[in-house]
Amino acid sequence: MNDVHKEKGTNKSLSLFFKSSFIVSAVIIVISSILLYFTFTFDIVPPILNRGIQPATFPKALLILIIALTLLTYFISLKNPWKNEKKLPNSFYITLISFVVFIIVSKFLDFFLGIALLSIIVSYFWGERRVTYLIMVSIIFPLIVFVFFETILGLRFPPGIITNLYYG
Amino acid sequence: MENLGLIFAPLFSYKLLIVLFFGTIFGLILGVLPGLGPTTGGALILPFTMTLDPLSAIVLLTAIYCAGTYGGAITAILINTPGTPAAAATCLDGYPLAQKGEAGRALGMATVSSVIGGIASVVVLIFFAPLLANLAYEFGQPEYFALAIFGLTMLASIGEGSPIKNLIAGAFGILISTVGKDFMTSIDRFTFGINELTEGIGFIPVVVGLFAISEMLTQSTLINQIFNRVALKAVKLPSIDDYKKTWKTIIRSSGIGSFIGVLPAEGGTVASLIGYAEAKRWSKKPEDFGKGSIEGIAGAEAANNAATGGAMVPTLALGIPGSATTAVILTGLIIHGVRPGPDLFREQPDFLYGIFGSMLIANILFFVLGFFGAKIFARITLVPNKLLWPMIFAVSVCGTYSLNQSIIDVWLMLLFGVIGFFMRRYGFSVVPVIIGLILGELVEGTLRQSLVIFDGNWLMFLQRPIALTFFVLSLIALSFPLIKRKKNDKV
Repeated sequence: MNDVHKEKGTNKSLSLFFKSSFIVSAVIIVISSILLYFTFTFDIVPPILNRGIQPATFPKALLILIIALTLLTYFISLKNPWKNEKKLPNSFYITLISFVVFIIVSKFLDFFLGIALLSIIVSYFWGERRVTYLIMVSIIFPLIVFVFFETILGLRFPPGIITNLYYG
Repeated sequence: MENLGLIFAPLFSYKLLIVLFFGTIFGLILGVLPGLGPTTGGALILPFTMTLDPLSAIVLLTAIYCAGTYGGAITAILINTPGTPAAAATCLDGYPLAQKGEAGRALGMATVSSVIGGIASVVVLIFFAPLLANLAYEFGQPEYFALAIFGLTMLASIGEGSPIKNLIAGAFGILISTVGKDFMTSIDRFTFGINELTEGIGFIPVVVGLFAISEMLTQSTLINQIFNRVALKAVKLPSIDDYKKTWKTIIRSSGIGSFIGVLPAEGGTVASLIGYAEAKRWSKKPEDFGKGSIEGIAGAEAANNAATGGAMVPTLALGIPGSATTAVILTGLIIHGVRPGPDLFREQPDFLYGIFGSMLIANILFFVLGFFGAKIFARITLVPNKLLWPMIFAVSVCGTYSLNQSIIDVWLMLLFGVIGFFMRRYGFSVVPVIIGLILGELVEGTLRQSLVIFDGNWLMFLQRPIALTFFVLSLIALSFPLIKRKKNDKV
């Protein structure tokens, strides 16, 4: 019987690690700690050139404040737990993946192609099946935006396989 | 006061009138579309303003701000989804009244109370901003530091959600502002060897990321959501009976909204909630609230529009944004080479009073456009998200890229989009990040310069009466949520 209680207690303490408040607090604290470490690598300015505080002091203070406040939030969450969030649907992950596709395509192939690909992926997986609308969203609209920015604002987009055709 | 006549200058400039007209229409469209709104819209349109002169650019942004804040009510009443966060309280009575077949009456009251609230707040702006600017002549570096700290603590305490989470978000915003070359010593901070980061992280990638891209990710989780849209025949002007019921509420909420707007916080959102709560508290029929009370609509709408003028007061007089949208307007001022603060009032009164006059005209314009065009604007909500958001993405990417022609800005926009999505998911407001980013340089700069003046003696801050007042107010602001919680616990 005691063993069962122990096991239940272990599960309870383990489940603490999977609570969103714990995960979010841990992520913030880990990232802040890494950034805090980086602040120690900032150059130190000799006193003759720098009156007042060092350039690293202010970010250090901010990061320590963030860590302290995050710990406080976490301890408050033990008393008042955060509401449980619903599981994220596939459409979210597809949208996130489309961002990665956009970054890769626009970096290595073409900026405009990246926008067109993202638009078609998002539109299709969010439920659009009509080809005309898919073409409108992924080709015609980005083309209008592209030409508008290029002509009205005089913007020069990064070179790429399609953009180079436009620029000749 | 001798400059009051300049308020009417925009009426005689066809260029400004055209800008106002398009700004109002654009603001209404942005306000109607859930997830967008004047902040995101303003950020998206900032690059386009580079083709305009400074006054036209700021007039465009303020017209978007005024009309966008009102536009949120159309969606709140017709589909029970606030077009902007500031219209959340309008849903409570607007939609139930619309369901009773009185959508036109609900929209009419929302329109009239919005206009009255908006105009009242511009009057507050016209008289209060120069006074505040005069006061700012007394401010040195320590006072500005204390003021910025006060702004951030106010944001944490009366903003939406958990005050501690708001403080974390504000500190994160300030931290972003430290990226790049240190302005006093030129030492690289958090640049990680990336050349593009030495100039720091721009405002646009952060705003567009935190608002537009994070909203796109939020919408990706809601693609199966179905809206029940209530039919609208025509917008009706409120009857004399409705005016009798609501005039006190409208005046009270206009005052509340203008006051809340002046405080650096989430402006309209908080104002509308307080305006609604006060309307209920003072009502002869509080039991009708939530079931389609006309007073509820008037209370929320007058307050959220009154916050627009109020939020412009600290923005123009001190360079401290009163809300997320005014942070965008402040960025617009800076990128057009206009430095807000007391000197602006002395050196460019025509510019300032041009903005005041334009805000007045924008309120009248959205009254006319809202009254006759609400039915058309309501149709915009029929554009499906599967088509709308890819288009917004294209504009976001090109707009972000255009300011510095930097691809790193686009990557940063996407990164902040993901950060913003998870922040909102776990109850962190993104508004403090924006305000923190805007105030970051001011906070750090004034702190370091003050310490130079004080020869490193921190206690000297306490010997400056104005700074000390702001620090005491900051402490009160920070303890306010604790007092509120204790009071609630007792109840």
